[in-house]
Amino acid sequence: MSLSLVRPVLVSAVLFMAITGLAYPLAATGLATALFPRQSSGSLLRHGDTVIGSSMIGQDFRTPHYFHPRPSMTGDLPYNAAASGASNLGPTSAKLRDAVRERAEAFRKENHLAADAPVPVDAVTASGSGLDPDISLANAHAQSARVATARHLAVDKVDALIDQQALGRQWGVLGEPRINVLALNLALDSASIRTLP
Amino acid sequence: MSIDIVQFALLLALMAGLVVVAGRWLTRVLTAQNHWLPERLGYRLLGVDPAAPMDWKRYGIALVLSNAAMMLLGYVILRLQGWLPFDALQRPAQTPDLAFNTAASFITNTNWQSYSGESSLSNLSQMAVITFLMTVSAASGIAGCAAFIRGLAQREARDVGNYWADFTRIIWRLLLPACLVLSLVYVWQGIPQTLASSTDATTLEGATQHIVVGPVASLEAIKHIGTNGGGFYGVNAAHPFEDPTPLTNLLHMLAMFLVPSALTYAFGRMLSRRRQGWAFLAAFVVMFVGFLSVEYPAERHGNPMFTSLSVDQTPGATQPGGNMEGKEMRFGIAQTSAFVAVTTAATTGSVNAMHDSLTPVGGMVPLFLMMLNDVFGGVGVGFINLVSFAILTVFLVGMMIGRTPEFLGKKIEAREMKLVMLAVLAHPFCILGFTALAAVWPGASASFANAGPHGFSELIYAYTSGTANNGSAFAGLNANTPFYNTTIGLAMLMGRYFTLLPMLAVAGSLATKRSAPESLGTLPTATPLFTCLLIFVIVVVGGLTFLPALALGPIVEQLAMTASQFF
Repeated sequence: MSLSLVRPVLVSAVLFMAITGLAYPLAATGLATALFPRQSSGSLLRHGDTVIGSSMIGQDFRTPHYFHPRPSMTGDLPYNAAASGASNLGPTSAKLRDAVRERAEAFRKENHLAADAPVPVDAVTASGSGLDPDISLANAHAQSARVATARHLAVDKVDALIDQQALGRQWGVLGEPRINVLALNLALDSASIRTLP
Repeated sequence: MSIDIVQFALLLALMAGLVVVAGRWLTRVLTAQNHWLPERLGYRLLGVDPAAPMDWKRYGIALVLSNAAMMLLGYVILRLQGWLPFDALQRPAQTPDLAFNTAASFITNTNWQSYSGESSLSNLSQMAVITFLMTVSAASGIAGCAAFIRGLAQREARDVGNYWADFTRIIWRLLLPACLVLSLVYVWQGIPQTLASSTDATTLEGATQHIVVGPVASLEAIKHIGTNGGGFYGVNAAHPFEDPTPLTNLLHMLAMFLVPSALTYAFGRMLSRRRQGWAFLAAFVVMFVGFLSVEYPAERHGNPMFTSLSVDQTPGATQPGGNMEGKEMRFGIAQTSAFVAVTTAATTGSVNAMHDSLTPVGGMVPLFLMMLNDVFGGVGVGFINLVSFAILTVFLVGMMIGRTPEFLGKKIEAREMKLVMLAVLAHPFCILGFTALAAVWPGASASFANAGPHGFSELIYAYTSGTANNGSAFAGLNANTPFYNTTIGLAMLMGRYFTLLPMLAVAGSLATKRSAPESLGTLPTATPLFTCLLIFVIVVVGGLTFLPALALGPIVEQLAMTASQFF
């Protein structure tokens, strides 16, 4: 009884590997490349010939004249898009408490906030991927005075840019309102900010 | 908050709509008489007659042996990865214990990952091992369930269908078309699908960022439709390339529910007992909503530690608030809580946030859902598990009110009850046994990332996830050691086949029985009362079995958190 199973068992492994492991993903790749060339290669952003990032993937920003992303726990350096990772610290972890305290103090200091000023939770917690491209609107507005000072701009111009760049819920219902840090910083660098009200 | 409720309602409404569509489609696939051209070519290559009937034993042997051959093929490719072409990043082969763990994980539909995808697997392995095993394990699960349903429908016969025909049709008619369409929608939303491995970007501040890409969308599609759950990237669907927008997040959740919920409908049609199918679906939905309504407030309320450090976690118009450690901005609290509940209910194991960083109660919900293992459940096996509890319920109630236990017109006798108890008990035995072993194994605790009760939660989560064939993790645990790779690998194999095979035997045994006419003494099983009894039995049996272990982990941690105690 089992001998008659040898051929179908062995052949089915190889056959279905070829169908589901090669033909299917290759067909999907062919169709995706033809229909959505930009997204299929990773939604890359370019300045001339240079790739400057992906609109889906967060980047590290440290200088004061850019908006800063959420804390990242990827690999050996933050926003390493070749080694996604998170803290995996639990809610009663002393390490997490110390990290949050340090980040909150650093956030208040760099943004010239009062010592007990509330800090938006997403600014002091590491994201799940370590590559979160977005921050909350509260986080962005808390940073706008610093960015405005560093760029010699009026704060309300920077705040207006935040509102212009803000992403709403998808289709008005799904997900959360947020702002893409890379898009916001690119808009800061472009001339568009000078024409804002 | 109201918009969050709207999102939950939308998820359930769309799922309910898809039940009928997918259920009809699935029924047609499983009851088809014709053969498509590629299917006929396949049968010829395999040398099988797709019309030849099989009894449950032959069906089960074919399933297990073909799974074994596929697992071996996957293992070999993983071990040879270093020599295989098309990898610009030249990622080396996996070690023997890791390759065993990976192959066992993906053939059992678990998708536990002791490795991190982007640094460990080439694009060829992601396709020819991971995508391949994801598809065939899902097809095997659905085929097993089809045989099970036919066994319940049979009268005085042994035939439960032909494994090769079921397996082939499920792949050609259900999985491949659905996955191809879904993967294109995913690419439209921003999931990459390319044979390139990485791109170097120069960031605005002048640093270099290596962006790893690959055939992600085709893997994501089968990962969710097949309730598999293994990620292309280390952080799974938290990665913006695996789940770039709130819409893809919703589609992931709907895809996970698609087959498990459609199977209740297909069951109702194939047995001409539609009310019974709806009664089972109602049990799924009631339990799911119950668990979600614990998960969401726990995460939304957040961690009192944040407030004590003057960190603002109040939900409002400008921020989602709550416990954002390990979560992504685009999902916030609502879409994350829903995903946590869906992925552990449907035992997918895909995660869009780090479960290790959930609040204690928020982490207990996915743990308990996997311990129950039958709120929707994985493709095929979840439904089988639910029926095993339905038989147990019929038996318990029969004992209490002095009626002969009957289920779907068949008498439930000693042989069936023994097999059902084997399937029901294998699950906690495996979870608690391996957890106890690891707790005393020298050096095993060195893998914990968190101290105190949370470390124990990491441990029991690992074996629960493995046994339930879920695959999600409290990912701080460093499970890539020979001890964990081997024991979790065994837990996955036992969890899969020690529930699937006994229940196939039950179906085989019921198939040969005469149909007993319903009488006044028959307990009706398609009523709201029975659905309530079924939920009660599931929760009480699950609760009594696992409550002591939960008390050592999440429950004591919740008390510590409210008392501001840190470890």
